[in-house]
Amino acid sequence: MAPGRRQGTPLRVVLPLAIFAAAIAAWEAVVRLKGIPPYILPAPSLIARTMAADWPLLQSSLLTTLGTTLAGLALAVIGGVGLAVLLSLSRIVEYSLYPFAVVLQVTPVIAIAPLLLIYMPQDVAVLACAWLVAFFPVLSNTMLGLQSVDRNLMELFQLYGAPASHSPLARLGARLKALWYLRRPAALPAFLAGLRIAGGLSLIGAVVAEMAAGSAGAGSGLAYRIIESQYRLNIPRLFAALVLLAATGIGLFLALAALNHVLLRHWHESAAPRDP
Amino acid sequence: MIRVAMPMTQPAPTLVSLQGISKVFSNGVTALAGFDLDVFTGEFVSLLGPSGCGKSTVLRLVAGLTEPTQGRVAWAGMRRDDHRHEIGFVFQDPTLMPWANVADNVWLPLRLRGMSRRDARDRIAESLALVGLSDFAKAYPRELSGGMRMRVSIARALSLKPRLLLMDEPFAALDEITRFRLNDDLLRLQGDLRCTIVFVTHSVYESAYLSSRVAVMSARPGRVVAEIDGEPSGPRAKDFRTSTRYVQLCARISQVLLDQTSEERL
Repeated sequence: MAPGRRQGTPLRVVLPLAIFAAAIAAWEAVVRLKGIPPYILPAPSLIARTMAADWPLLQSSLLTTLGTTLAGLALAVIGGVGLAVLLSLSRIVEYSLYPFAVVLQVTPVIAIAPLLLIYMPQDVAVLACAWLVAFFPVLSNTMLGLQSVDRNLMELFQLYGAPASHSPLARLGARLKALWYLRRPAALPAFLAGLRIAGGLSLIGAVVAEMAAGSAGAGSGLAYRIIESQYRLNIPRLFAALVLLAATGIGLFLALAALNHVLLRHWHESAAPRDP
Repeated sequence: MIRVAMPMTQPAPTLVSLQGISKVFSNGVTALAGFDLDVFTGEFVSLLGPSGCGKSTVLRLVAGLTEPTQGRVAWAGMRRDDHRHEIGFVFQDPTLMPWANVADNVWLPLRLRGMSRRDARDRIAESLALVGLSDFAKAYPRELSGGMRMRVSIARALSLKPRLLLMDEPFAALDEITRFRLNDDLLRLQGDLRCTIVFVTHSVYESAYLSSRVAVMSARPGRVVAEIDGEPSGPRAKDFRTSTRYVQLCARISQVLLDQTSEERL
């Protein structure tokens, strides 16, 4: 089990790193040999130097975008999980609210961004955008998870746990108990899958909103730096901002994957070590 | 009605009695019609019949998980309606919580009854010892074999010290070697705990081996068409599975089933 996984690990890390290094080297070589001007395609070394030189500016932009992304994700988790729990407790609530959540999802958020910028202050609008795109995967995955409890386990619950009385309050109590003991743990894998999707989407939402806001004249996130660098033909800085955005996405993905592993490694197939 | 073995020397008191039960599902299917069965204290009664004859429905009725359309489930000598604390239920699948370790799975019924993990510790250890899994308390279900998972499921059903154990084809999905061993373990458990067992199966051989009484059911709508006495409750002799007595029991039960199916064809 575990040894088999460990055996493959060095190769799984070394191989992509080697290919990455080779691609960077080839890029550097092509730019130098052909003498491509930096405003067309900057060499990786120049991008690294720009990153170091512009670091104070880029760092504050990075923190802004990262903050928006994480805040959007956190709000999406609170809203998505909260609504999913509400919907799972009552059919009436589910029927009346779920269609609206779907409408929110299928409307391309980039189309909403300019509107949000009119109605809200800049930073709130950007945050709202990140929240909007991250919200639905959390909601739909958590709902799926909450409904995926083994039917026999629910019967066991009924046999051992449900109160004999049939008053609405007692029924709600039994549902809350089932929610805590059975549905909450059963929903965890699906919720975490939703969270991983939402993490990436939250970053996209933040970038899209920053771009929309940036063209309106203000903002200081990484996406705004990209637009600004484009206007000024400061292509090395554009690339540096792009690298930071990619790094943010990778970091977010790795953090959420690690969370997934820590929470599920004991019992869920998706996180369990497997034979090669 | 055919009586193969000698009846018990003294009649045991009735524990629960199903009287004139019909069950019609909401989709219009009649699962049971005119179903009568008395379950006596301390016996091991098997419900044997073809798939879909309503065997599982009988267990669910006894457990109070569903209500009869007609007829009643009468518990002897007790006024209260709620008998759920006296019942242990084992499904065909182990139905363990995959996210909880073995001890926590066994804890579930006690926990639902409001018992803290600390108070339940001895009961959990006791239940696990009964099924021979004391060393696996911290293991997760996915790390166990099918037979061990079923043992955990049985330990969970035993944690409330039920007077009545309802088992719905619990060993049907296991290989024969594991099944034989669990058959013997179950009989030993019943001897130790002195509980009553209602056991649903579609295996003639399993019912002949385990039961002190086999109730043969007709195809849907199900009812009891014959009752055959088997060996008295308790562990079996080592050579029972190869004894003429066992072979005769199997033949007897098979014959009843055959007669039953040919009657239905006519």
